Amino acid sequence: MIQLSINGSSHQLEIDPQMPLLWAIRDSVGLTGTKYGCGMALCGACTVHLDGKAVRACVTPVAEVEGKQITTVEGLDSRLARAVQAAWENREVVQCGYCQSGQIMSAVALLSVNPQPSEQDIDTAMSGNICRCHTYVRIRAAIREAARSLDD
Amino acid sequence: MRQDGSVVISRRQFLLRSASVGAGLTLAVYLPACSREQQQPEAGPGKAGGESVAGTGFEANAFVRIGADNRVTVIIKHLEMGQGTYTGLATLVAEELDAAWSQIQVEGAPANAKLYSNLFWGAVQGTGGSTAIANSFEQMRKAGAAARQMLVDAAAKKWAVPATEINVRDGVLRHESSGQQATFGALADLAATEPVPQEVLLKEPDEFRLIGTHVPRLDSGAKINGTAIFTQDIKLPGLLTALVAHPPRFGARVGSFDASEAKEIEGVTDVVEIPSGVAVLARDFWSASKGRDALQVSWDENKAFKLGSDELMAQYKALAGRPGLSALSQGDVASALQAADTSLEASFEFPFLAHAAMEPMNCVMNLTREGCEVWNGEQYQTPDQNAVARVLGILPEQVKINMLYAGGSFGRRANPQSDYLVETAHIVKAIGAKAPVKLVWTREDDMRAGYYRPMYFHQLKAGLDDSGAPIAWQHRIVGQSLMTGTDFEGALVKNGVDVTSVEGASNMPYAIAHISVELHSPDIAVPVQWWRSVGSTHTAFAVETFIDQLAAVAGKDPLEFRRSLLSDHPRHLGVLELAADKAGWGGTLPAGRGRGIAVHESFNSFVAEVAEVTVHDNKTFSVDRVVIAVDCGIAVNPDIIRAQMEGGMGFGLSAALSSEITLQEGRVLQSNFHDYEVLRIDQMPSVEVHIVKSAQPPTGVGEPATPVIAPAVANALYDVTGQRFGKLPLKL
Repeated sequence: MIQLSINGSSHQLEIDPQMPLLWAIRDSVGLTGTKYGCGMALCGACTVHLDGKAVRACVTPVAEVEGKQITTVEGLDSRLARAVQAAWENREVVQCGYCQSGQIMSAVALLSVNPQPSEQDIDTAMSGNICRCHTYVRIRAAIREAARSLDD
Repeated sequence: MRQDGSVVISRRQFLLRSASVGAGLTLAVYLPACSREQQQPEAGPGKAGGESVAGTGFEANAFVRIGADNRVTVIIKHLEMGQGTYTGLATLVAEELDAAWSQIQVEGAPANAKLYSNLFWGAVQGTGGSTAIANSFEQMRKAGAAARQMLVDAAAKKWAVPATEINVRDGVLRHESSGQQATFGALADLAATEPVPQEVLLKEPDEFRLIGTHVPRLDSGAKINGTAIFTQDIKLPGLLTALVAHPPRFGARVGSFDASEAKEIEGVTDVVEIPSGVAVLARDFWSASKGRDALQVSWDENKAFKLGSDELMAQYKALAGRPGLSALSQGDVASALQAADTSLEASFEFPFLAHAAMEPMNCVMNLTREGCEVWNGEQYQTPDQNAVARVLGILPEQVKINMLYAGGSFGRRANPQSDYLVETAHIVKAIGAKAPVKLVWTREDDMRAGYYRPMYFHQLKAGLDDSGAPIAWQHRIVGQSLMTGTDFEGALVKNGVDVTSVEGASNMPYAIAHISVELHSPDIAVPVQWWRSVGSTHTAFAVETFIDQLAAVAGKDPLEFRRSLLSDHPRHLGVLELAADKAGWGGTLPAGRGRGIAVHESFNSFVAEVAEVTVHDNKTFSVDRVVIAVDCGIAVNPDIIRAQMEGGMGFGLSAALSSEITLQEGRVLQSNFHDYEVLRIDQMPSVEVHIVKSAQPPTGVGEPATPVIAPAVANALYDVTGQRFGKLPLKL
């Protein structure tokens, strides 16, 4: 029995302890905002927060995250997260949208430790998240905008 | 379907629609308001495919439904894969309907080619070739205008006033002198009793209120909060997840397999052989994955393809030494080359490329006595219906398709063989349709499944006269045909020449008296497919870097050289000059930094790009800034056009800098994003987009930015290093 705390709710799951967190979130708990893209921590589509830090759920066995607070895109509700999501909408970042949950989770994690990131900081923090629609210039702009709005 | 992606399966009343034949007007029968299912799922893409109907209201035609709740639902016939078509097509309807944008919602159309064919593709329903706005521009506006007319006629009767005195604005009808007014919703039931107009008057461009403005995307919210539903997210009662063990080489088949260990894995329910491999089905992905890992398969590779990319390229180079089929012959190239004062040769090698959409290919299918229901990021409805029906022994019209959001495609989901849908159908059949099936390809499956942008080899020769003007141009192309064996073969393969192999070369715009373009299309067993911008992915690079070389040999500035040869091509010239001007062409740059320019027409749109690069220590380089100018006719949504220019350019830059599929003894070497590298944010240049103001009909924007960046970057690298590039991806 694995016990996971996701978005503030506790889940008792009869699953393989080695099951990656991604599949527990998607298949066992049924939250589908977190996406599968590569299964090797190469693309960032599966990014979630573990005690506030961005991790790749596709390579994180559930046994390692018992007792930790897991947040998925569905559980975002901080002022910071709302600012990021508002900037994403204002800047019309999304195209196909498949990677964007992961992009937003990485952006929120970045701004939570670095509220005024430089261009270099943004590129470094976001370089683990691939977008094949290449929305990158708007991701940069949205992160800058969110940082500005939080600074007000 | 509910927000969580689960599907409420209930009886629905299918709308009785029929196509009417009119002057390009796809008005179907209207449905009078009638008692309909009360449970109204929220409308939206992937929400049960266009048959959910407001409780009351009216269905003006196959594209517009107006509810008593004042919501306007626009039925969208094209796949939303990121290019913004749900927003763009809805804008066209809202414009002529004079609706308020806030009352617009969209639904994916069901598969029904009679109503929803791509007007550029005959009787085929599908999305591709950057045609969504272009083929729908009149159709969707007429649909909106017809619905508007029916509302106006209803109001005129109700108020007993002349229809011509009624104004419509932002979803409200008004009769000024009597002071009467009503919303669309209030008139919907009455409008449903009005006859469908056979002729409608469309707005003149200067009357547009939405077209040409920044209308916000309709799909942003759901894609930002995680509620947007993709195929990967579909849940159904009893759904089994299927992973397939595929052979390691193209053309290999299952020899024998041992499923005993796989079946021991908890959660695994079935292991079945299908034509494309062995499928492992389980209650969830992880169980299916472990089951597939435990499977023992020996492959029959007697008919497998066992060559590598190097051997193929050697064959292609040998072929290029011989004349090919003529795609264009103008003047006398051989004599002109002989007579030239200066001559020049170059050759170019292009690798196989994977589409590598973020959402690997996947499909959900459920077969019942009534027929087959499909959930898919559906790009190619008509061929997919036919292919699935063939496997299952049912009629194409029994294949109901729910068109969901697609997590990217870049051409991949419009597969000429319907490959992953057919694979799903075989799995469903193999388990006796006992449960709905979700086929999931892992990244590795997706990357090794073939259907690549083909490998190509190009050889060019040119001659200049003593004034430095080009007089001869010979272009020979070697590579697999994309269209042979597809539904488009009849239209696009002429006398053995696949026009998509030579597009961008055979219509090269530069004024040169003697030109020949020739093609060899070797028949190779590696499955290939169109990839964002199709033939232009390679022809633009060859033409635009070779013309740059001619400019250098002639001692002319690359911009001036092009301008001197484009006087008959004002739209090429327009974007070229706009991009150059905005980029500050000719201005000085710091040491180590250079500029390159390229211009190309594809899908009837014209794009010029100026790239600025910096070379670091003669070893590596970065692309720092890209200025794009585009002429795509009327700009329906300028912000979405900018997004497609940014993203389309980035997609091309990704391939220019790093992506490559390589075969060795028939095996695909790459498997995931560590060895099939794609552009990341730290490699993305800053981008500026400038749109040419135009009154021409709108043309494509999804693809035309893609092919222009590789030559612009190569030309910029030459500007710094003096080095030319005969191979993609670009390596210093």
